Amino acid sequence: MSEQIQTATQIAWNVRNGVTKATDVVEAHLAQIDAREGEVHAFNLVLADEARARAAEIDDMVTVGRDPGLLAGVPVALKDNMCTRGVPTTCSSKILDGWKPPYDATVVTRLAEAGAVTIGKTNLDEFAMGSSTENSAFGPTYNPRDLSRVPGGSSGGSAAAVAAEFAPVSLGSDTGGSIRQPAALCGVVGVKPTYGSVSRLGLIAFGSSLDQIGPFAHTVADAALTLEAISGHDAGDSTSIQQGPLDLTRQLEFGVAGLRIGRITDLPEGASPDVQERLEVAFDTLRSAGAEIVDVEVPAFGYGLTAYYLIAPAEASSNLARFDGVRFGHRVDAADTNSMYMATRTDGFGAEVKRRIMLGTYALSAGYYDAYYGRAQKVRRLIANDFAAAYAKADVLLTPASPTVAFEVGDKSSDPLAMYLCDTYTIPSNLTGDPGMSVPFGTGEHGLPVGVQILAPALKDPVMFQAAHVLEQHMQHEGGAS
Amino acid sequence: MHDGYEMVVGLEVHVELATATKLFSASPNRFGDEPNTNIDPVTLGLPGALPVLNRQAVELAMRLGLALNCRVQKSTFARKNYFYPDMPKAYQISQYDEPITADGWLDLPDGFRVGIERGHLEEDTGKSTHVGGTGGRIHGSDYSLIDFNRAGVPLVEVVSRPDIRHPEQAKAYVSELRAILVAIGASDAKMEEGSMRVDANVSVRKPGADFGTRCEIKNVNSVRSVGRAIEYEAKRQILLIESGEKVVQQTRHWDENDGKTHTLRSKEDADDYRYFREPDLVVVDPDPEWIERVRAALPVLPAERRRLLAEAAGVATDSEAVMVVVERGQDSYVLEVAKLGGDAAIALKHVKELAEAGDIPAVDMAELTTMESSGALTATQAKQVVAEMVESGGTAADIAAAKGFEAMDTSELEAMVDAAIAEQPDAWEKFCAGEGKAMGALVGAVMKASKGQADGKAVTALLNQKKP
Repeated sequence: MSEQIQTATQIAWNVRNGVTKATDVVEAHLAQIDAREGEVHAFNLVLADEARARAAEIDDMVTVGRDPGLLAGVPVALKDNMCTRGVPTTCSSKILDGWKPPYDATVVTRLAEAGAVTIGKTNLDEFAMGSSTENSAFGPTYNPRDLSRVPGGSSGGSAAAVAAEFAPVSLGSDTGGSIRQPAALCGVVGVKPTYGSVSRLGLIAFGSSLDQIGPFAHTVADAALTLEAISGHDAGDSTSIQQGPLDLTRQLEFGVAGLRIGRITDLPEGASPDVQERLEVAFDTLRSAGAEIVDVEVPAFGYGLTAYYLIAPAEASSNLARFDGVRFGHRVDAADTNSMYMATRTDGFGAEVKRRIMLGTYALSAGYYDAYYGRAQKVRRLIANDFAAAYAKADVLLTPASPTVAFEVGDKSSDPLAMYLCDTYTIPSNLTGDPGMSVPFGTGEHGLPVGVQILAPALKDPVMFQAAHVLEQHMQHEGGAS
Repeated sequence: MHDGYEMVVGLEVHVELATATKLFSASPNRFGDEPNTNIDPVTLGLPGALPVLNRQAVELAMRLGLALNCRVQKSTFARKNYFYPDMPKAYQISQYDEPITADGWLDLPDGFRVGIERGHLEEDTGKSTHVGGTGGRIHGSDYSLIDFNRAGVPLVEVVSRPDIRHPEQAKAYVSELRAILVAIGASDAKMEEGSMRVDANVSVRKPGADFGTRCEIKNVNSVRSVGRAIEYEAKRQILLIESGEKVVQQTRHWDENDGKTHTLRSKEDADDYRYFREPDLVVVDPDPEWIERVRAALPVLPAERRRLLAEAAGVATDSEAVMVVVERGQDSYVLEVAKLGGDAAIALKHVKELAEAGDIPAVDMAELTTMESSGALTATQAKQVVAEMVESGGTAADIAAAKGFEAMDTSELEAMVDAAIAEQPDAWEKFCAGEGKAMGALVGAVMKASKGQADGKAVTALLNQKKP
């Protein structure tokens, strides 16, 4: 890292204490964007002028002795499905062409209140549907660690933005693994906090009961700091939990002594040998740090994928119905209302979005509801019960985050099912609403990053961070990646 | 009914709740404002917008449910998915399989009980106006305007059980429901402004047979139309059956102008709403303490008010005077008059005939009713006094004196009656023979002679006394 390109924690401390100017921090990151964005394509929109102006405001605050907040001067990249007032929010879809939200998402407001600087809107799989960031109306994002490979998805732009040092932290959204899987593939920390701990207000919905916003960062501490800034109850989101911000940073140093780390004995197979090997090292590391490794069973784990691909498309089919050409975004004119809807949606949505709308519409339709959506909801409860039983024996569980290291661009884009399998290990915690995170833990095949996933019961995010911190410290001793 | 058939009717009444803001947002819930001024991202269904449930709407729905003897229960919201330009999200948030209130009843003034299946909360849609073309229909119009002011306004849909068997019962049900809504302050229930809209499910059958195939008549917007539409639809179905055809389940539209129902859409092309739990909202589970507080705060309902008034006045609970006076909200005035020692029956009569009589100070009205009941004023005189009291104020005694109204003494009246008998021997003969009509001529003569000051009842009594 160069002088100004540091961790968010360092930047914020330096800016708050007048050691570094926010404007310099922003310029350093804009320079990095200039240097590499052309090959990575992490952004749909870089907000250079806005970021410079905002940084100058932060510096002025420091000059007059006002504290800009926890994330003072920290550049943040936002996944382009979070509303930013007056700034295009596209979901990487043609259908939102020309739309500028008249409001900020709650997370955007909270970042601003914490003194962060929004540096750009990042690319994603259209409407967050995908595991490679190849399904974007604006073209794919490439993995900064190896440009022939995908960054994962759907928050691939946000993961790549951190990995390429365009911003020390970024926000993504995770509906079935869309933060954790790209974090693993890009070698950064990615957190999906407990459902309801971060407001979804202003996040353009994909699967409302599954979506959760979370941070990407180079370090566990940076992820903790960012999550502290954006979490906490929001009266504007009915599913928001009635509690204050998550308390994470203070607990990072608590370690794992005495913690029970669960190994799922009936985990679905499919992880490549390099990934499994790193997982074993992770178990050993935590054991050496004083944790107890316990075997647990989660028999319904493997059904998560199937249930997810009924529930998420069902909700998506309904959430995406408002993109009808009547009030905003793209419209294709036609002779009557129904033809206008059809022409607009045919032209405006990409193939994967259409596929899921069709799946979801079918799963909810009369005569099929019980067989598909209704049954998927029962499976969802079953999975929750299994996890609850496992968490009675273990404080956190360890699994791979992604079955493989980053795959090559184009490798799976013609095979939707192969693509869906990328989320095998991440999906269950979206169904249960429990938190999960991916921590970079060395490299596998082709020297590419491997992420270990830590899962915890709802509201036990701090314990998850404790374990993550221990793994991270181990990697630093080992002199490993990032 | 016709040819030994009976109609079976269930009503679904949509009521706009009188909340300050919309069901899921802080936009004002106000009728008649400039189009598209009471809107916000939630109302417009903009990407990223989320609904937040309005507590006042929940409380009003609970109040209505409790007034209809329903159980208030744990409830959830669902999405009802369909595309329409004035449906901003392309789904309506509605309660579906778990409504907030269920299993109650509503008693009509004549005592007939109609079961209430449920009362559930949902959001209203926007309003489309199709410009150009014919009849305000979308087909053939030049363009359409959409006003989202109404979108998101809270509605309670009250669904009755199919207990109604006559058009009059349907009309009475709608009127009674409206009276309750106004009494509890849940809605202004103005049908002409669309804040109360009725859908009627109508089928016919031979008594005792299974339910027939039903048709739904949408958006009937007056009490009178409810009766007419149901009557027409039942006859239409009977004619179909009698001519050997089948009733096809469909949605129909009532045309006030030609007095007929017309097909809107048949069941075959009915929408599949793809209901599922609204994931943006949590379960609504009002705590028992809240429910009891709402129940305790319920005002006295129209049925009970009619009973109290009827009891005080000694008339039937569904008598016209009682119905009218309670509907006007003047029952408490009449009871107040009675409490001050007045005659409730007489006060009821005056208030019913002249609504403004309710403006007279209750103590003055009490005095007037006493004068009338004691015979100091005849009914006709009392009516004139009341009109004068409304017009220029003053007490009954002063006005009666000023007008020279004095109680006619019995001998004076008797002389007039005798004179009338003498003048009209034919009429007297017929009266004695039991022809009721003849009485009118005799009483009329006495009234004329007394310049309208005689008490009709006293005259009749005297005539009857004199009958051999």
